[in-house]
Order: sequence, then structure tokens, then C-alpha cells
Amino acid sequence: MSDKTRNIILDRRRFIAGSAAGGLVATGIIGMPHIARAATPVKIGIIHPVTGGVSYSGTQGRAGAMMAVDDINAAGGIKSLGGAKIEALLADAQSKADVGAAEVEKLNEAGVSAVVGGYASFICMATTQAAAKHGLPYIVDVGTDDRIIKAGLANTFRFSPGYGVFVETAVSALGQLNNAAGKPAKTAMIVHEDSAFGTGTAGLLAKQLPGIGIEVMEIMKHPTPNLDFNNIVLRIKAQKPDVVIPADYYNEYVLFARTMQQQKVRPKAIYSVLGGAASQYKFVKEFPEAAAYIMDCNHWYNPQKPAALELKKKTEAKGLFYTYEVFLNYEAVMLLADALERAASTDRAKITAALASSTWSGHFMPYGPTKFEGGQNTGARAVNLQVLDNDIKVILPPEFASAKPVFPMPA
Amino acid sequence: MTTIWMDQLSILLPAILNGVTTGAVYALVALGLTLIYGVLHIINFAHGSLLMVALYGVYFLYALVGIDPYLAFPIVVPAMFALGYGLQRYVIGRAGHGKDENIMLVTLGLSIIIENLALFFWTSNTRTINTSYGFSTVDFGVAFIAVPKVVAFVGAVVIAGLLWQFMQRTDLGKAIRALAKEPRGAQLVGISTAHVYAMSFGIGIACLGAAACLLLPTYYASPHIGQAFVLIAFTIVVLGGMGSFVGALLGGLIIGVTESLGGLFLGESLGKIGIFLIFIAVLLLRPTGLFGQRA
Amino acid sequence: MKTAAAILIVLAALLPMPWLVRSDFWLNFAIMALYYGFLGQSWNILGGFGGQFSFGHAAFFGTGAYTSAVLQLRLGIDPWLCLVLAGVLGGAVGALVGALSFRYGLRGSYFALVTLAFAEVFRILADSVEFTGAGVGLQIPLKQTAANFQFPAKAGFYFVILALTALGLAVAWWLKHSRLGARMVAVRENEDAARALGVDVFRTKVIAIALSGALMGLGGTFYVQYFLYIDPTIAYGPAVSVSALLVPIVGGLGTVFGPLLGAFALQFVNQFAQVAMGDAIGLNLVLYGVILVLMIMYMPNGLFGLAHVSARRLVRRAG
Repeated sequence: MSDKTRNIILDRRRFIAGSAAGGLVATGIIGMPHIARAATPVKIGIIHPVTGGVSYSGTQGRAGAMMAVDDINAAGGIKSLGGAKIEALLADAQSKADVGAAEVEKLNEAGVSAVVGGYASFICMATTQAAAKHGLPYIVDVGTDDRIIKAGLANTFRFSPGYGVFVETAVSALGQLNNAAGKPAKTAMIVHEDSAFGTGTAGLLAKQLPGIGIEVMEIMKHPTPNLDFNNIVLRIKAQKPDVVIPADYYNEYVLFARTMQQQKVRPKAIYSVLGGAASQYKFVKEFPEAAAYIMDCNHWYNPQKPAALELKKKTEAKGLFYTYEVFLNYEAVMLLADALERAASTDRAKITAALASSTWSGHFMPYGPTKFEGGQNTGARAVNLQVLDNDIKVILPPEFASAKPVFPMPA
Repeated sequence: MTTIWMDQLSILLPAILNGVTTGAVYALVALGLTLIYGVLHIINFAHGSLLMVALYGVYFLYALVGIDPYLAFPIVVPAMFALGYGLQRYVIGRAGHGKDENIMLVTLGLSIIIENLALFFWTSNTRTINTSYGFSTVDFGVAFIAVPKVVAFVGAVVIAGLLWQFMQRTDLGKAIRALAKEPRGAQLVGISTAHVYAMSFGIGIACLGAAACLLLPTYYASPHIGQAFVLIAFTIVVLGGMGSFVGALLGGLIIGVTESLGGLFLGESLGKIGIFLIFIAVLLLRPTGLFGQRA
Repeated sequence: MKTAAAILIVLAALLPMPWLVRSDFWLNFAIMALYYGFLGQSWNILGGFGGQFSFGHAAFFGTGAYTSAVLQLRLGIDPWLCLVLAGVLGGAVGALVGALSFRYGLRGSYFALVTLAFAEVFRILADSVEFTGAGVGLQIPLKQTAANFQFPAKAGFYFVILALTALGLAVAWWLKHSRLGARMVAVRENEDAARALGVDVFRTKVIAIALSGALMGLGGTFYVQYFLYIDPTIAYGPAVSVSALLVPIVGGLGTVFGPLLGAFALQFVNQFAQVAMGDAIGLNLVLYGVILVLMIMYMPNGLFGLAHVSARRLVRRAG
């Protein structure tokens, strides 16, 4: 760092300390007379489906991303760019792939240096492609379909795991739990929603479960939306599997769990993989009896990191539930900020290179060291959760656990 | 494979029973639609979004004021009637200029407006209620049927009956039927078409209010929930016969059972094909439906 | 011949756009506008000229899209050949749906609803069979060469959709001047009278729907090549059917330029609404809906009807 830059930063710190209104500085209302040029903000695109079928997740995602932008700016912006603030350009994918792609074009025109978001796999597939055509670095916030990464686009990065990792983790954890309890579970039935996420997850599960000694009796798929689960529950009741494995979106998961309760079906475990409501505070709050003891293998934060808990408080203070869309987007933007710091540039190629070589450890996720291979963070991990005492606790892996698993469910 | 079939036979009866109660729920939505379609010949694209509005109405009455959905009828039904009347009299009637395709597009535009206003004001945060009877079931011997579903079944039959009585016995009902059969003639006899059309639409939407009171304990309110009901509602209207309430009720039951059995034998995704195959068959072979008027 | 001249002028004006428009966003806008215009023109053949309103045009679109995707992925067939096959299959499905529906005398709302049901049946089937990738959908690998029907620059796609637009306009023009078109109009205005005059009503309607279906099939291929991903909801869901009918009705039913006008207008309204409403969630679509309702209220004959009337008034005043 040259003397000139140090002076600028020192001057700025003095100024901010004096006025106690960093925000005013950021908006340029208070000028900086003794600095030759103000640091131009770094524009990034934040795209989510905030209207249409998956609008709840999109809205949560946007909220998470914006909280990260606000936090970064409040802490002084991107220091290697002279304290440049991040300027977020928001886009609505309207829950449609083609609209998402068109919005990426718009963001590209507006001169963003990178794009974060997409949420749904089918949207991400189109948006990452659109970004790739302009060499625009793109960080997928959720999009668990592994084809997004397999497409081999050099600009695409995903910090969180794909459903391949979730299934592997889920199966191995279930094996562990089963062994520890004396192998009470021998059979399972899978219930999944029929689009990319559910079908992909179910397919992998069906292949891997026999490996831990669990026979898959039946796989039942349903559309999204689906309003009635009585038939599915009837079949579960008739065949009495030891474990029921749902992979759904929120609304369907809730209806399914409620129907299970109504029909008094109580398997040895309800073990979800990427369960739509299973690790949702909203579900636990609104239907505590139906939610009790449900297990999930899902995205989660590291409960031992204060930053994660602070964000939870902040999110709940806004009247929002602390859902995975929130913290995954928060971390995605933080990852980008770290790359911007290291690249010390808004040049897209440099940012892409910085992301590709990222070893970012300043996150609060229960991940190993960050390392991107072909765009996927191989340090990303899934964890196992369970609803216990009207709260969601991490039960596996042990280094992040905050409670002991209860398996099988009490009768 | 054979064991699965034998298991399925033992759950055939519960599935049918379940289909009947679900069908009644669909019939509730279809009752209003069959009136609107039968009288105004409007393909009401906004039907689903208006159901959604009613569901939110019932939800807020419960969440903010503490009124149980089953007690919310006296508020929700008249409110939805007023909404429907106003929409037909001052928006659809005016904008449509009498052309079928334009009216249809107006209802489409309305559905976009209503759904996204709901999204803006109420967000996409799904609203559920947890009533004391929400998880209770009635034991029918062969199956447990959830209490709200049983109530919805009874409600559907009662409402269908009330509507039929209304159409047969009251002056307004007769005027509506006259207008549906012979618009010119009705006008000549001095029936104010704009007003009666609006009354019909209003009643049709009021039915959605009643449906919402009976549906919320089982389902939920979210901006796009209406879409899941609309297609099935149209199928029932066609199956039962345009303008026939008994037809809508029976059609609903048939569709409910078809969906349930289809789901049982073919899985929930493929199973829905049964509904549409029936739909196509009825349209091709007996377009007036089970109880339809015109030949 | 005035229409023919107008068509050539419009095409000539649209041709140089990739060189005039430097912005990739606006080029994409134009591509999408032409794309929706083309879908709308396909619908217009059956709905505007033929007078038969379909709510299930997605059935033909999806068939074309899946034909392209499946043949490319599973059999390695050349994507350009797939375009042709998609058109053929789209037309075949059109003929099938038409033959069944018209054989049983379905008209008006009944016909509209049966097409909707057919689209749903296709959607459910596509959702259930491995062949079409079931619910997971099909993804075309990125290989941006012209021979592979994928272009590194947007201009390539622009010219393809422009060519399709030209095809659509040509078909519409031909219908306006041909005997088949005249028969279609006769059937549209009064089916029984047409029959009395000796028109083979059934055959006319089936040809109309087959033609319409074939064009939709081509549209399906374009979608697949442009977005490289298809699933049952995108292919056979109501969104495509609604777009296909919205565009010509707003633009002007049964006219040659109506769908093109309607598509550009609706795209503008959508963009305008997005920009006007900023980041408020949902309000952009509310504005879109409001403008749509207002357009229908004040332009019952569509944009083209309005333009026509205004042009005539101008001419009258000038003359």
C-alpha cells in the first residue's frame, strides 16, 4: 500500500470518526474536500425471483444479500479500492428463466462487475449462461442442481453444496444414526416434488440407501403445488416404512407433515434431505407438534460463530424468519467482497480469477477451507439438523453439533 | 408387485372416501364459477385470485380479530359479493365491450393485478392457521378423515342446495336464469342486464367467500394459491354442465375421486392425467356435461 | 399488394438492427419481442384468421421444443434438421387435436377448454416419462457454433428469429390473399353459412390448426436453442399459451401486423413497468396488469385496429 493510499484511508477514518455518520459520507452528501477523487462505487447485480411462484424464497434471498451489502458498506466498503462502496442493482427474475436471463443482460449493460443470486435451479441455469456470454462473474446463491456446475462455465461459482453432496452426507449420517441405535431402520419411502431438485435428490437417494442397509420400498413423486397428501400418507400407512424421506418445497412439506399427523402415521424417523420446511423456524413455530423430532440434511450456519447468530438477530428484528436463503445470500455477497478486496479491481476477469483462487475463511458456515474446483466450493458441507425443544439444532457432524440426536423418534 | 396391489385394495376405500371429501372442496370453488360461466359466458381467469383474496380475508379475521373461519361467513361472504358486483359492473362489463375474447383478457389482467397486489401488501410468506380442530379426525371405520374436510363436504352440499333454492324460488334467481337463457328477451321484459349480470357475478364470487371459510383450516393463504384450483374448477364446470349447481357438486365429487384413484394407481404426478382425460372425453362426447341445459 | 410492400419495408427496417443497436440488452429485447410476435402470429393463424380460440397452444410449442431437445440429446440429430422436424411434429399434433375437436363439433369456449386440457395432458406426460427428462427437464450443452444452432453473438439469434418473423408474416399475407384464407374467414364469420356454400369446414379448420401448430413448433425450437433448457412447465405450461393469445388480441386479431405490434407493445409495457416501479416487489406486474386492462378497455380492436382507424382519419383529413 502506497503512502498516498494510506493517507486517503487515514483521512477518511478521521473524517468518519468526527462526523459519526459514515452513511452520509457514502451517499456523498458530505464531500471529501481533501481527496483528489472519491472512490467510485462497485456495482454488483443481485437477482432473485421476488415475484411469481417462488417469490418467498426470492424475497428472503434479496434481504440476505442486501444485509451483506449494508454491512460491507458500513464497515468501510472495499478497502483495496479506496473504500469503494458496493452499489447493488436489484433485479426480479419473476420466477421465469427467460426473464432472469433478460435481467442479467440489463445488469450487464448497467456495468455491474459481478452478479449474485438466481435462487431456483431452473433460473440459475439460464442466468449463469447469460452471464457467461459476457464474462460476467456469477455467484449462485442456492441452486442445488449439479448441472449448473457441470455446464463448465468459467464464470460460475457456487459457495454452497449441490444436491449430490447433500445426498451423500444424508445417507452417511443416516447410516451412522442407524448403527448407533442398533439398526432399527431397515426400510424407507421417499416422497419428492417432481421438478429438478426433488427428482435429482430422490434418484441419488434411491441409489445410495441400499449401501447402508436400507431398502427403498417406494418412491412417490408429486407436483408443486400439491394440495392433498392423503393418498401418499395412506400408502405410507399401509406399507409402514421405518423411515420417511421427504424432499419438497415449503408449502407442500407443511401439508405433508400435517397430513402425517392427522392420519396418526408415525414412522421411526422422518428424515428429510433438503426438506422444504424441516429446517424452517416458521414451521417449528406454527406447527410444533407436527415438526417435533423431524430430521433434515440441509444448508445451515455454524451455530458456534457469533456472526451467524448476530445476523439471525438482525433478520428477526426485521420481522423475517432466518431462512437458508438469507444466510446463503449473505455469505455469497461476502465471498464476492473478499474477492473484490483481493482483486483490488472491478475488472471482471480479475474478479473471476480472484474467486477461482479464493480461500476465504471469514465466513460463518460449517464448511472446510474454501477451494473452488470447476466453480464448486469443495469445502462446502451439508449438516444434519433436528427439531428438538421447539428449536432447530445441529446434530451432526459432532464438531458443529449443539444437541444429541434422538433416533428413532419416540413413539 | 402383487403385494403392492393387494395393499392398494385395502386402501382403496379410504382413497375413495378421501377423494369424495376433496372433491367437495373443489366443488365449492366450482359452484361460483358455474354460475358465472353459465350466465355470463365469461371464462373468468380471475376466479383463482379472488379465492385467494377471500382466503386472506378469512386469515386476517382469524389472526387479527380472532374470529374462527367457520364463524366468518357473515363478514366474508357479503364482502366478496360486493367485490364481485363492483368488478363486473364497473370493470369487466365496461372494459369487455361485449366481446368474449376481450372479457377473458380483462379477467386475465385482473388476475395479474390482484395476485401481485397481494404479493406487494401481504408478501409471499405463507399464512396458515392452527385451529383447535385442525388436526382432529373423524373415524369412519375404514379411514380417518380430517374434521375440516368433513365440514367442507357438508358445507358444499348445503351451499349447493341454497344456491339451487335461490335460483328456483326467488325473483332474482328467475331473472338470472332468464337472462342466461335469452338475453334479448330478458331485456325486453325490463330486466336491467348490467345489474343482473353484476348480481350474478357477485353471487359467484360470494361463493368463493364461503369456500374460503371452509378451506382455510385445511390449506393456507399465499398469493398464488388460487392457481392450483382454477384448472380443476373449470373441469368440474364442464363435467357438471354449465350453470348447474347439482352438476358442479357431483362433478366435483367425480373429479375428486378420479384424482384420488389416479394418484393411488399412477402416482400423484401422472395421476392427475385422469382428470384431464375425463375433461377431454366429456367435451368431445357430451359437451353439455351431466346436467347441462342446452343441447 | 400494399400489405406485401409494408411487410418488405418492415423487414428491411428490422434487418440492420444488430449493427444499429449496440446494446446487448436492447438486442435481447428485440429478440424476445420478435419471438413473442412469432408465437402470437402462429396463434393468430388459428385464432384471428380462423376464428377458433385456443387456450392450449403450448401443446404445439412444447412438442416442437421437446422434439428439438430430445432428438439432439438422445440421437445426436443436427439441430437445424430438428427445427424442421419440430415444425412437422407441431403441425401433426395440431392436426390431431384439431381432428378430434372439430370432428366432435367443438366450438367457442368448449374448443378453447379442450385445447387447454390437451396441453395439460402433454405436460403431465412430459413430467412422467424418462424420455423427456421427466420433471428434471433437459439441458442442451453449450457449444456456440452456427452449425450447432447456437451463436456466440446475439446477432445470430436475431437473424433466425427475424427469418421466422418473415415466415410468419408471409403466411399471414398468403392467408389474406388465398382461397384457403378466404375459406377460413368464411368459417370464422358464419360456420353454418360457409358449409351451406360448399366449404369443407372440417378440412379448413384442421388445416388452420395444423399450420398454426407447425409454426408454434418452430417457436419451441427457437426457445430451446436460445435458453438451452426445457422442462414440462416451460414447454407445456399455461404461460406460453397465454402469451400466444395475449399478443395478437392486444395487437389486432386477424391482421398481418397485429401480433408484431402487440408483442413489441407488451414488451415495452413490461419493461416500463419494471423501471417505473423500481424495487417494490410485485408492483411492476400490477402496473402491467393495469395497463393491459386499460388497453383492452380503450382499444377493443387491438393496437392495429387503433392504428388503422387513426391512419384512415389522417388520410381523410389530409385528403
